[in-house]
Amino acid sequence: MTQPASPARPVTEKSPPPDGAAGPWRALAARADLRTLSLLGVLAALAVIGGVTQPDAFLDTDNLQLILTQASVIGVVTVGMTFVIISGGIDLSVGAIVALASVWATTVATQEYGFAGILFTAVVVGLGCGLVNGLLIAYGGMVPFIATLAMLASGRGLALEITDGKTQMVTVDGVLRLGERDAYVLGVPPLVLVFAAVTVVGWLLLNRTTFGRRSVAVGGNAEAARLAGIDVRRQRLYLYLLSGLCCGIAAFLLVVLSGSGQNTNGNLYELDAIAAAIIGGTLLSGGRGTITGAVLGVLIFTTITNIFALNNLETAVQQIAKGAIIVAAVLVQRRASTT
Amino acid sequence: MAPEPPLLRMSGITKSFPGVRALDGVDLHVQAGEVHCLLGQNGAGKSTLIKVLAGAHQPDGGTIAWRGEHVAPRSPIAAMRLGIATIYQELDLVEHLSVAENVFLGHEPTAAGFVVRPGRARAATAALLTRLGHAEIDPGRLVGDLSAAQQQIVSMARALSHDVRLIVMDEPSAALDPDEVDNLFRVIGDLTAEGVAVVYISHRLEEIRRIGDRVTVLKDGRAVAVGLPAKQTPTREIVALMTGRTVEYVFPERAPADRPGAPPEPVLTVHGLARHGEFAPLDLELRPGEIVGLAGLVGSGRSEILETVYGARRPAAGHVRVDGRPLRPGSVRAAVRAGLGLAPEERKAQALLMLESVTRNVSVSSMSRFSRGGWLDRGAERAAARAATRELSLRPDNPSVPVRTLSGGNQQKAVLARWLLRGCRVLLLDEPTRGVDVGARAELYAVVRGLADQGLAVLLVSSEVPEVLGLADRVLVLREGHVVHTARADELDEPRVLDLVLGSGRAGGAGGAGGAGGAGGAGGSSGPRGPGGTGGTGGTGANRGSGSTPGAPEDTVTTEGSPAP
Repeated sequence: MTQPASPARPVTEKSPPPDGAAGPWRALAARADLRTLSLLGVLAALAVIGGVTQPDAFLDTDNLQLILTQASVIGVVTVGMTFVIISGGIDLSVGAIVALASVWATTVATQEYGFAGILFTAVVVGLGCGLVNGLLIAYGGMVPFIATLAMLASGRGLALEITDGKTQMVTVDGVLRLGERDAYVLGVPPLVLVFAAVTVVGWLLLNRTTFGRRSVAVGGNAEAARLAGIDVRRQRLYLYLLSGLCCGIAAFLLVVLSGSGQNTNGNLYELDAIAAAIIGGTLLSGGRGTITGAVLGVLIFTTITNIFALNNLETAVQQIAKGAIIVAAVLVQRRASTT
Repeated sequence: MAPEPPLLRMSGITKSFPGVRALDGVDLHVQAGEVHCLLGQNGAGKSTLIKVLAGAHQPDGGTIAWRGEHVAPRSPIAAMRLGIATIYQELDLVEHLSVAENVFLGHEPTAAGFVVRPGRARAATAALLTRLGHAEIDPGRLVGDLSAAQQQIVSMARALSHDVRLIVMDEPSAALDPDEVDNLFRVIGDLTAEGVAVVYISHRLEEIRRIGDRVTVLKDGRAVAVGLPAKQTPTREIVALMTGRTVEYVFPERAPADRPGAPPEPVLTVHGLARHGEFAPLDLELRPGEIVGLAGLVGSGRSEILETVYGARRPAAGHVRVDGRPLRPGSVRAAVRAGLGLAPEERKAQALLMLESVTRNVSVSSMSRFSRGGWLDRGAERAAARAATRELSLRPDNPSVPVRTLSGGNQQKAVLARWLLRGCRVLLLDEPTRGVDVGARAELYAVVRGLADQGLAVLLVSSEVPEVLGLADRVLVLREGHVVHTARADELDEPRVLDLVLGSGRAGGAGGAGGAGGAGGAGGSSGPRGPGGTGGTGGTGANRGSGSTPGAPEDTVTTEGSPAP
């Protein structure tokens, strides 16, 4: 900080007082915990339902690994989406970016560069799309809904253009092997480890860094943030870059998981990611949200899908159940916040 | 007025908002066919009163008699049905609809109950506009394409599309040019000739002289004068009614004016700063330890000046220097880095993160001080925020609580603590006591003076004249974007400043040399109005006589009622 010698003498830091966590703060923490606990409760209830309806299949290690693996791809996307929503924005293009990054990373030309080429391409394509989104929104003054809707359309189109509608099989051994059982670390698939790492980094970024604070400030009150001296536009650019980066990582995970790249990848991810963030307690209007809640939201949705699949129920019923959960979660949170 | 029963008789109206008693037993009696002026300083309760009348607020107590019957309009629609129409300052028109659609919004001419008859609406609208003297406005045009004056006419047409007997106009002339004001007055004259009553709110005393029949003066939520004759009551009496206070303000001692040694170099220098249509080129110097006040009405350019100095608005001309180094224009970040801090007028909308704790609100502008490579040291952050809030005696003494739970005064302290923590050197305060209850004001004044004594330079904007006079060392009086007077605060008093900001007579400075004062007496065709945008900081137009001191004989203006049609 280069600030001129101040006659007002900036307040000097003192050692934190012993009563750092006083009553109201504890109450606040308790309420945040209540939300997390209720999400955990829903997850536990789902586990019971799964265990009762399909005692053998559901609790099988393979099945649990499958749930976590499936949650990984959408989970990584959701972490980025949560940041964007906290900042008062929205990113409708995440599914399209995942599709574009996955097919670009699996073209014959890219695969010539092996593992690193695929990973690098997926990440760079994700970042590139995020950059375009961010520039349009932060500096072009476009509404996030419109800019990312345009990216959704163009991204899907470009993905179709690249693949010509065909599935691009992965031939790089290193990539394929990551999805196999041999690569599991202590029974945990590498994809899940990536998901866990992204979650931890996301949590730290939101709660322990100036980046997180600025994101929350921009979402909570962009005008106040601007007048407080925060570079709101640059922050918005960074946030869409972050979302794009997450999509790139997710695309790589999807390539590993499916052993291929398809232009239909990531279909409706935007809706799943938004829904997971919302039931996790993120305000769609911005200014408040948690990574923990969003990740629990992802796990809840993935578990429901799994239980419905195991019980051979139609996807139609599954969609209805998801919709009902979103409504219920938001109603519960509204009640909790008004009382 | 003939002793017939009044059209409207509001009696003992009370209305409280959390922490504020906005109306405390107000009476308002309006006769059919009169222009009744409502006067009062900002915050006196004018807006609340007309919102009660318009059905937008429900009174806590008191009665409203309308044409001799008790009524209680529960909604704006109910008031409309009674024949009471309100034209607010911010016009409530739908920009993307046509003139005719706006005029008949909500009561479209229909056939068979639901088929809209656009032709009939357009014809009726054309008739109304002709009656208002604006036949040139095409009923088919989009309202968004019209000028502010034309939009106002559309608003009036909408009021007249109902069977209206009383029209409330809230500062209708604020956005109008002089000849448009003349037309407005002509329309008002026509309406009253038809027996329609007009409640007219304006800050401009000369307008009230021209068209008003009677005046009701509000002060601190009370009617201190009901139904005074508008043309005969001396200006001095009206100003005294507006200013005589029930609330005592307690201001801290000023630092001794003549400290030993040379005065310190100015920390902030503003030169020729201007924005088109907002304020004329402004020069200003601010020294450490000094509080400079900008006095003026809403719309006089005060907030715009502050925000432009702060870089939140891009100036059309001029520059701002801190310690002699020019600031990048239009950049808040540059201003903050150079040591400026703003406590904006709309605290909740412009300053606070309402979902966050006090700590985070205080630290938001100094985050880089508690972080290394973006990583926050939350212990240091908490400790620093606590030290800053303690220094300002913010209550409760626990910066972990959400900022929204604080009172208005303590929320303001949180904003000040933000800049204190940042080590800011020039503090820009825009209406610092808005929404702060009376008891907490004195404390806030002491805080601001204390910061100045520490060496901060403070630029203070307030529409409360006593606040500016009591707190500032030096005062710049603004009127319609121009500095009309500069003086040491102890050389001014409240009636004098009010005269200056209202433009009700005496010219600023010595006789207003070089000003645009020539408009001269009343009753002229162009209307006695302010400098009207043409430069000149001397005269404030409409200078009748050269009344010297505030206690001088009143300048009774003789105006011929409504101008000839």
